[in-house]
Parts: sequence; structure tokens; C-alpha cells
Amino acid sequence: MANDREEPGPGADPVVISDGHSTDVVALLRQRGCDPFAAVEGRGGDAPAVTHGTTICAIRYVDGVVMAGDRRATAGNIIAHRAMEKVYPADRHSGVAIAGAAGAAMEMVKLFQLQLEHYEKLEGMALSFEGKANTLAQMVRSNLPAAIQMGMVVVPLFAGYDLRRERGRIFTYDYTGGRYEETDYQAEGSGGRDARTTIKLGWHDSLTRDETLELAIQALYEAADEDSATGGPDPIRGLYPKMATITAEGFVDVPDQEVATRFAALIERRRQRGGSVEQAAPPTSVTPKAGRGKSSS
Amino acid sequence: MPFYVSPEQVMNDKAQYARKGIARGRSLVGMVYDEGILLAAENPSEVLHKISEIYDRIAFAGAGKYSEYDSLRRQGVQFADVRGYQYSREDVDARSLANAYAQVMNHVFTTEIKPLEVEILVAEVGHTTETDQLFRITFDGIVMDDDHYSVLGGESEPVAERLKDSWQAGLSLGDALRTARAALAGPERTIEPASLEVAVLSRSNGRRAFRRIDGEPLAELLGP
Repeated sequence: MANDREEPGPGADPVVISDGHSTDVVALLRQRGCDPFAAVEGRGGDAPAVTHGTTICAIRYVDGVVMAGDRRATAGNIIAHRAMEKVYPADRHSGVAIAGAAGAAMEMVKLFQLQLEHYEKLEGMALSFEGKANTLAQMVRSNLPAAIQMGMVVVPLFAGYDLRRERGRIFTYDYTGGRYEETDYQAEGSGGRDARTTIKLGWHDSLTRDETLELAIQALYEAADEDSATGGPDPIRGLYPKMATITAEGFVDVPDQEVATRFAALIERRRQRGGSVEQAAPPTSVTPKAGRGKSSS
Repeated sequence: MPFYVSPEQVMNDKAQYARKGIARGRSLVGMVYDEGILLAAENPSEVLHKISEIYDRIAFAGAGKYSEYDSLRRQGVQFADVRGYQYSREDVDARSLANAYAQVMNHVFTTEIKPLEVEILVAEVGHTTETDQLFRITFDGIVMDDDHYSVLGGESEPVAERLKDSWQAGLSLGDALRTARAALAGPERTIEPASLEVAVLSRSNGRRAFRRIDGEPLAELLGP
């Protein structure tokens, strides 16, 4: 069982009865010849700049946290993917959202999910919230060579419900693995600044689920309005930002239909407010055009 | 002076030693019910589990020496997690895990002085009752593909005898649980819910089918 792919070499013990009590899945994968952070061969210095087109955010509210992210992936000025998901469950009570190089980020999410589940199964209980946040920090740090040499920076946002402290918590990271706890909300990515400002203006300490979702939707709308690398609502294809709530009951996706309805309502409010340069033109019947049009905000 | 011991003698001695060790532990059963697979064991400890989750649709149960089957359990989780990471979650199945276990247990039985004093069960819930699987692996690495139910541990024969009469297709979870408890206890005694370790692999449980049942919900299912 040491390695199910290769015959053990001469003299090697084919039986591994005890691997000690390591719960480190990265070490295990390396030992089995499958290194998730395989050495990056490359020159330092003139690394290609990878743009971080994305907006992801997490907002704390009374029952836990809301996480949200747009769906657009860009390669330079090209839209590479319209339906990318950037908000994932990490385990039952936490979620991770990603900004940065898509391939490395998605791999990191997969590894992080595996690490949390692996630990939980081996030890018979889940890691503490702090432990999960630190695990992710180590993974971001392991990605540092790729970040420096190839510009493959991954900046995750980790949030969830801390069952021991009974409240929502949010952690942000820098590409060196630095880990910072945010008290109330945070947004990352190229549209992060616009989203953050929007949240800042609407946030207070007793937000309900409804109010928080509304705030997140506004934040993503403003980010998409200002940032070309952040995708807005796309009613033609039926693609909307991904949103989830994480409470004591666990990670729950906000249904697409609910997200769509909330965006439609927001767009309608903006349209009624007026102020568009197209105002003189007869109102269009198709919502998306109105959604994409210039807004006065 | 060198002396000769026949291979038959060596194997017989080892087998006898292993059986004695396993017989000291209590029995456990795995059985198919309408929604999945039920695993139940007589276990006075609430923290030293005999039954555990391996992967999305796979569970593990061990009878005999705790330290030995717990080590096998850990290896199973590692085997499954590595395979699922390398290929895909769908490519992790009970059959290959059972074969890997058989290799290890057979190797220990033939080459080590002391054989493993354990018997283990690898259960996988399918998408229908017909595809539910129960693999029982004995201390010498023999794999058995059981139909409907498996019995492991100390007094497995009388328990299996009782299940032969009481198990039927399409049992509800409550009925299956009561059947399992009666089979484990025998006619002369009953097992309190507190000394019963119970878990299910349930088709309706989402990606991770494994769920422990204890405390109030267990008492309710067992009924008066």
C-alpha cells in the first residue's frame, strides 16, 4: 500500500504499517510521488505580470458570514472564461474565495479542501478555525517560488463560522503567506477596492442575512461597473456571481434564482434613478443592456 | 542445533494466535438496508471508534486489537485521499482498497512473527441497493465479498447464524438497527444504546455518505 502506482524498488519495504501520526497531506502526497508544489524551474526577475482580474468579498453578519465572487476570468484584455467559480466550500463550516492566477488558485483550493477533510478523518474531529486559517497560510507560502518567479500569485480569502467562538470570522492573505484577520469585511482582487468602499458605506454590526446579501450584491455591481476584469450579472447566459452563506448550520450556496432576482431589483433601482447618458433614448426592454449602461453612481 | 518446523505448523500457530486475539474483542455487523449500509458494533468507548469514514462512499470497521486496526484505518484514509487527488473522487472504490488491505495483511501474516489480530470490513454504498458492497478481510489477507451482511470479531458465528434468520431485503434504518442489536446481543441479553457504536453510509447524505448516529437519535431509532 506504500504506493499503488509503482512497484517498490529492490530492498524497499513494500509495506507501510505506520506512517507515524502525520496528518499533513502535502507531505503524504510528496512521499507518494505526487508533489502539489513541484519545484518551479525558471528565471527570477522579469516575470510576466499576471493581472488579478476578479472581485471576491466576505462580509460578517449576525449569523456568520456571506462570501461572494464574480465569475469572470481574464487573460490580458480577453475574457477567458465567463462561468468560473471563485467561491468554494473549504469544509462544512468554512469557505475559500480566490483571486490571482486561476490554475494555481484552483489547485490550492483542491489541496486545502483535501487537507481539511484528511485531518478530520484521521483525527476524528475538524481542525479549529485558527488551525484551518494557518493551514491555508502555509499553502500560500509554499506557492511563493511560483509567485516570485512566474508571477503566479494566489491571494485567497478565507471565511467561515467558528463553532468555538460562535461567530463569523474572515482571514486575508498576502502572497508571502502572511495571514491577517479582518474584523468585519474584506474584498480582494482588481475590483476589491470598489467593492470594499461600497461595503464600508453600508456595513453595520447587526446586519441580517438579507441586508448582507444586498450589500454584497451592491459591492459586486459597483466593482464590475468600475473594473473591466470583474464580471457583472449576465442575464443573457443566466450567469450570476456566486454567493454563499456560512453559519452554524454550515456552508450553503445562495440559490442562483435568488441572486438573479436581487440583481434584477438592483438594476431596476438604478435605472429608475436615471442620470444615464442614454436617458434620452427610449427605454430598452432587455434588462442586460440597462445593467451594462453607465450608471450615475 | 538448528531445528525444523514445518510451514503448516508455523501457519497454524500464527492463525491460532490471531484468532485468539480477535476472539477477545466484541463483534460488529455491517448490513444493507433500504437507504444504504448500516454498521453497528458493541463498543463501550465513545471515543475509540471501531467504525470510521474512509472516503465519500466508503466506510471502515475493525474488530480485534484497536491499535492495529486503527493503523490500517489511517492507511486506508491516506490511500483513498491520495488516489482521489491524483485521479478523481469517482476513482476511489472499495474493491481496490480491500485488495490493498489484503496485500498488507497477507504480507504481515506470512513474513512477520506476529500476525495482525484484526478482521476488517470495507463497505461502499452504491447508487442502488444492488451495488452496495461489503468486503471482509481476515487477519491472513483473505478477502470475502459478502452479500447483504457481514459479521466480524469474537463470536461472529452465532451472530451470523442469527442474522441469517432475521435479515431481509428492504429493511428500514430502524428495523435494521434493531435487527443488528438483537443479533449482536443474542437471546439472553440486550445492549444499551450507550454501548452501541452506530454509523451509516446513507445514499441521501450528500457527497460524504458517512454519518454517525448516537445519543438521542440512536435511542429514538432503537425504540423502547
